[in-house]
Amino acid sequence: MRILDVAGLRKYFGGLAATSDVAFHVDQGEIVGLIGPNGAGKTTLFNLISGAIKPDAGTIRFKETNIAGMKPYRICRAGIARTFQSVQLFSNMSVFHNVLVGSLFGATKQKAARFDMVGPSDLLELVGLAGMGDLRAMDLRLANQKRLEIARALATRPDLLLLDEVMAGLNPTEVAEAMHLVRRISGRGITIVMIEHVMKAIMSICSRVIVLHYGQKLAEGKPEEIARDKTVIEVYLGE
Amino acid sequence: MFVKFVDIIVGSLLMGGIYALIAVGFSLQYGVARVLNVSHGEFLMLGAFAAWSLFTMAGINPVLSLVICAPVFFAIGFLIHRTLFKRLRICSESPAVFEGNSMLASFGLLFIIQNVALLVWGSPVRAYSYLAYPVSFLGTVFSANRIVTLIVSVLISIIFYLFLGRTRMGKAIRAAAQDPGAAELMGVSINEVLALCFGFGTMMAGLSGLLVSMTSVMVTPFMGMEYTLIAMIVVVLGGLGNIKGSFIGGFILGLVGTIVSYIQPGLSMVAYYFIFLLLLLIRPTGILAK
Amino acid sequence: MKHATKNVSFAAGLVAAALLLVALPQWASSYGVIFTTNILMYVIVTLSWVIFSGPTGYISLATSAFFGIGVYTAAVLSEDLPLPLMILIGGCISFCLAFLVGAITLRLRGMYFTMFTFALVQLINNFVHWYEVNITGTLGRVVASLESDTIYYTILVIFCLVVLVSYLIRRSRFGLALRSIGESEEAAAHAGVNVTLVKVAAFAIGAFFMGAVGAVMTMRWTYIDPPTAFDIRLSFMPLLMAIFGGMGQLYSPIIGSAIFAVLEEVLTTKFPYYYMLLFGGAMLLVILFMPHGIEGVIRKLGTARKRERVPGKT
Repeated sequence: MRILDVAGLRKYFGGLAATSDVAFHVDQGEIVGLIGPNGAGKTTLFNLISGAIKPDAGTIRFKETNIAGMKPYRICRAGIARTFQSVQLFSNMSVFHNVLVGSLFGATKQKAARFDMVGPSDLLELVGLAGMGDLRAMDLRLANQKRLEIARALATRPDLLLLDEVMAGLNPTEVAEAMHLVRRISGRGITIVMIEHVMKAIMSICSRVIVLHYGQKLAEGKPEEIARDKTVIEVYLGE
Repeated sequence: MFVKFVDIIVGSLLMGGIYALIAVGFSLQYGVARVLNVSHGEFLMLGAFAAWSLFTMAGINPVLSLVICAPVFFAIGFLIHRTLFKRLRICSESPAVFEGNSMLASFGLLFIIQNVALLVWGSPVRAYSYLAYPVSFLGTVFSANRIVTLIVSVLISIIFYLFLGRTRMGKAIRAAAQDPGAAELMGVSINEVLALCFGFGTMMAGLSGLLVSMTSVMVTPFMGMEYTLIAMIVVVLGGLGNIKGSFIGGFILGLVGTIVSYIQPGLSMVAYYFIFLLLLLIRPTGILAK
Repeated sequence: MKHATKNVSFAAGLVAAALLLVALPQWASSYGVIFTTNILMYVIVTLSWVIFSGPTGYISLATSAFFGIGVYTAAVLSEDLPLPLMILIGGCISFCLAFLVGAITLRLRGMYFTMFTFALVQLINNFVHWYEVNITGTLGRVVASLESDTIYYTILVIFCLVVLVSYLIRRSRFGLALRSIGESEEAAAHAGVNVTLVKVAAFAIGAFFMGAVGAVMTMRWTYIDPPTAFDIRLSFMPLLMAIFGGMGQLYSPIIGSAIFAVLEEVLTTKFPYYYMLLFGGAMLLVILFMPHGIEGVIRKLGTARKRERVPGKT
């Protein structure tokens, strides 16, 4: 079943097309990778889907509803959660409260029961922050801050999770742990789209990869296909 | 009918010229130095009183006073930035905190300056008469001082415009207005540029005040705030950090003000606020921003 | 054991203060009652301001506008209606205006919002001025006055209400949402918080109390006109007082505003010609040397003392 269906998506900043006629779909349960050189428009695409910015044209169908242009809180309640490229935590609030905001405001009663009986503390345990509930968010090291952001996103009981460069700035051990976490989340039935530069992660976790370049979809296919694709290689080598 | 039309045009140019000057000053301070200077209008008030004092006590004509006061006001602004705002900039944890703190600090300045003005000049309304004889132009009659004000404000604007465009310091200011970080990378001493901009801003305010006093009948210690608000509105109209935009915006607002004054005097400020509100709603980046 | 005695003595202190306040007209001079009324007014206005601007970080300068609306409501209706009703109406009109203004302007970035609230005060001031000159024909109004004791008790009730509401908000989901907006509005929106609604609601609640207290204070002033009702200084005071006291805890702005209000009262009576100068100077000093207010200073002293108690460790 298609959980996300994007068609004819366009966004201009001034005269520049940050997103140009992008179209793709995501099936439920997939883990899709979104790659491309810097400035390709990957985060812009996430921003359009999550409601942070409004598209100039096109549709974004999420479970049969066109969510293009809707406010972020509505999209969140509909079932899409995301993390940010530069971690956006409630810095002066406790780890527990960070997650609590998500569960209080993002998780409506109609949502899937996959996280029923799972409170903020359990989510913290799931992401590997057990017992750190009382710490201040800003006091965590980067890897844990990213975990916290994920926990907060999960607290809103999403069907679709958008991860924006969640592995950036992590050391190899942390990257491996992150990959493990992503698999665990997927195992719970949540569909994932992840922007990444860490190719190892993309190749081993994702079932499908979409490549963006200058705001357009350049290629799409299985990881192995993409790795062999001549145009993709050119684009990355040219960097 | 034609007479009314010319009246409106000249009136707009006159008001617009002053609005443009004060807005450019405010824009320099907020756009470049990132100080939302709510005491900006108080410097206008000081300029007006300076003209009054120099004229009534020493017989110095206001146009000469302009030349005398320009460097003085510049120096005052420069010093204020060097002492107060530079220190705040160093102490503030983030740009947002600095903006809030500097705004508050400018409130403190507002109180201080108003009180000083009250002590020095008292609260009675002051006025003086200079070049108040009528001049005939295109069928209508204007007082000479208004024509002089118009010419002077346009001159100052042109001089400043050339300064921004042709001189090295001017280019540095423009660069800093676009992107303070980039300007720093270019090797421009950012502290110097900020203090300079602040000084220029104060100077513009003071000069505007001098010009206003020539044509206005009401010089009081409380006249400043209205102009601060006008400056804010014009700067939003023209786009924050857009010096040229503030300049053009001043004339647009001057036109609006003159027209509204014809229809219903006393409501021009209300009209400005509605424009402000509309702008903030529809195009907060300013109608002249790219 | 130490904590228990600390809590008990704190509670006892609060009760004692409450009793003193309630019985004030009995033991204080009439000047004392008026003095305390003024102090409480500033505390209420500051607390109302902190309800919205504290957690979200949006600096509102519209305080004078909402206060002045309360003033004018009471002035217009003072002959016809009993005090409690007037207070309610004054509060409600301010609430509605704040809701409207908030809904329109709270989508804007912080500084734009601040600028507009600044302009709002002048807008209403000018409009009322124009209205009185051109439509009513008379500038300013004379108001029926009330005894200072009645005014004092009314203010005390409003004070208790605003403290209660502030406390409840802090402990509620609504307060959590407000704080999350202040930390990261984008993240809060993406976590499901209806950011605009929450901001507007908090803004309007604060405005309600500002209008309410304005309606009461009118009864003391006997003559009001636009400059008196919409005095821009009242917009800066709560800002300064909140910074001075700190906004982290509920009691911080109360202490800060109380101290500053006493300072203001003393300055205006002793130095009527210089007080703005001194006030402005005080503002500059506070901003330069106490950016986190008394709360910050106390915290610094607290950590310094802790460091002393553990010798050899940093």
